[in-house]
Amino acid sequence: MSQKTTDRTGAKSAKSGKPAESGAGVSRRGLLKGAAALGGLAVGGQAVTGFPTVWAQNPITLRQFGTGVSNLNAIAEKCKADLGITLQMTALDSDAVSQRVVTQANSFDIADIEYWICKKVFAAGTLQPMDVKKIKYYDQIVPIFTTGKLTPESQIAQGTAPNTVSFVDGPDSKKFAPAPTQWMTLIPTIYNADTLGIRPDLVGRPIKNWKDILDPAFKGKTSILNIPSIGIMDAAMICESAGIVKYADKGNMTKAEIDITIDFLIKTKQAGQFRAFWKTFDESVNLMASGEVVIQSMWSPAVAAVRSKGIPCVYQPLEEGYRAWGGGLGIAKHLKGAQLDAAYEYINWYLSGWVGAYLNRQGYYSAVLSTAEKNMTPDEWAFWMLGQPAKTDILSPEGKVMYTAGAVRDGGSFKERMGAVACWNSVMDEDRYMVRRWNEFIAA
Amino acid sequence: MTLSRIAPYLQAAPLTLILAAFLVLPIATIVMVSFWDYDSIQIFPDFVFTNYEETITSPVTWRTYLNTLKYTVIVWAVTLLVGFWVAYYLAFHIRSATMQMVLFLVCTIPFLTSNIIRMISWIPFLGRNGLLNQSLMTMGVIDQPLEFLLFSDFAVVLAMVHLYTLFMVTPIFNTLMRIDRALIEAARDAGASAFQILTNVIIPLAKPGIAIGSIFVVTLVMGDFITVRFMSGGQSASVGLMMANQIALLQYPAAAANAVILLVLVLLLVAAILRIVNIRKEL
Repeated sequence: MSQKTTDRTGAKSAKSGKPAESGAGVSRRGLLKGAAALGGLAVGGQAVTGFPTVWAQNPITLRQFGTGVSNLNAIAEKCKADLGITLQMTALDSDAVSQRVVTQANSFDIADIEYWICKKVFAAGTLQPMDVKKIKYYDQIVPIFTTGKLTPESQIAQGTAPNTVSFVDGPDSKKFAPAPTQWMTLIPTIYNADTLGIRPDLVGRPIKNWKDILDPAFKGKTSILNIPSIGIMDAAMICESAGIVKYADKGNMTKAEIDITIDFLIKTKQAGQFRAFWKTFDESVNLMASGEVVIQSMWSPAVAAVRSKGIPCVYQPLEEGYRAWGGGLGIAKHLKGAQLDAAYEYINWYLSGWVGAYLNRQGYYSAVLSTAEKNMTPDEWAFWMLGQPAKTDILSPEGKVMYTAGAVRDGGSFKERMGAVACWNSVMDEDRYMVRRWNEFIAA
Repeated sequence: MTLSRIAPYLQAAPLTLILAAFLVLPIATIVMVSFWDYDSIQIFPDFVFTNYEETITSPVTWRTYLNTLKYTVIVWAVTLLVGFWVAYYLAFHIRSATMQMVLFLVCTIPFLTSNIIRMISWIPFLGRNGLLNQSLMTMGVIDQPLEFLLFSDFAVVLAMVHLYTLFMVTPIFNTLMRIDRALIEAARDAGASAFQILTNVIIPLAKPGIAIGSIFVVTLVMGDFITVRFMSGGQSASVGLMMANQIALLQYPAAAANAVILLVLVLLLVAAILRIVNIRKEL
């Protein structure tokens, strides 16, 4: 998932710093009334007190940046309250994230990046692998990220499956290890299975396969996303479903496979099948909500956003399976000493349940399910993770009603959804060629 | 004595320094990087022509440049037509100078909002279920929504004309205001018709304004990527968009090569305009 968002550092740090500052403001005003301006400044200067942990004596700030999905204010606020660590968050789109990891290694402490980005940027040597012995809940991390198999008998999906880039041989290695080692590149935070979104009121027939987006009935009413590395995967799912081509590995196409896929896309585009190509979250929401398109590539929170406007929208499970994505936290190479300890503490806290529950309640999945379950009500757990009908109204983390009692989540349980992943977002060996051909498709 | 000799250099120094730091240096860097090599994550100092080769030999580049030129020509023609008549009306049909200024300021009011907002506001208006289609359907003019209104070349040109016409109005209005009214009277006394006055007196004298407006519009449209992206719904490409895609994928040298080619092309266009019209004559 890559969301094009503006840099919100300012807003975020301003917000997270608010409680302390407003407290200081009051006392400052009181003191100013007594004409003791100097004293007021002194109080204002050390307004932040009362940290629960050791970091109170030695305040630590971690600069985290990543895609909009998991850079949530609420997490920064809770982290501050629980650990006393100030998180400065910056939300960027995936492309900007990759650039920053490679080119501005000192501008961040924690990188919240996707696994395919990790494959691309880890070799630049700006991240350090983490010692799994220091990760408290390492043993409980969903095995998709370690062995790659959700259950012992499941198949590893195509593309950049997280387990293939999760480990390196040693603390200074840049080479990915084929099997779990002691050194982990990213600690998984958030992941999901993506599919097509539809307007059930406008499609007028059941949608079962990826190829249904090619139905002449939807001419000029479809869209796919125009982020080459992700769009090509949706295109691959469509082409394979339509029987145009069978890929050896959708996540790492050969030049010939890229040619077939792009040529088919160009033909489809020229026939007027697509209404638009979207690049940002908001665009996809608007296309769907306005009825410009009735079936398109979509991300799950975008479906929720359309639905929250009172417009029916379904995240339709398809026979061929899902295109999955996942992100994780990586530690910058330059971190050491107390800051490195704080980073580990933050990561352990991240996996300890509160964040997991928060993410699960948004319809994503968290890395350590056992701790998240303890932070959710049994009804919430049954709805989000087991795919059962809601017994009571299901609320978003902000307390808004997302689903009313009786509703069922699209796609069913965690096992049904994450067990049906056909491919992961990826970066290909023929990346450069693919992007050139993709530009050709957009220019055609 | 020595001071008076270096004084002009000192006076020119601030501008020279600013231009050197913020114009010459960045462009030099872009030219340099355009010869570098790259892989999916890094760029390496090198001296290779592959970036230019890949750019120039690819039919996509040609198609994209042609598409960008197509937008440029259409937008230029429409903004010129609209811009000239607005300026003409303001300059010759509004008698009081106060009213002229008031109406000219009215033209700039849309600029109080952001460029992007003005562009995006077309989307709900032109959409399939948008205001225009709904109104036309209620009036019974059409029974199917007009699909070409949005996410098409039409939408791109419409938005660009909306955004850039004022850049044409302002310089033309400026030159029209400087035309000596006695010339027009003389032409009339000599028996010229209104049309002859327009073509033989006003347009030739307005040429510098037209040239300056054209330079504005041509450079803006050639470099545009956001209007093309939003109004075509990603269906069309422009050179700027192509570069944005390359930068997004860390292919800086390829984007730099593209930028150099675009810069050369735009400079050639500007040179051609300046060759036809001597703008310094009027400044």
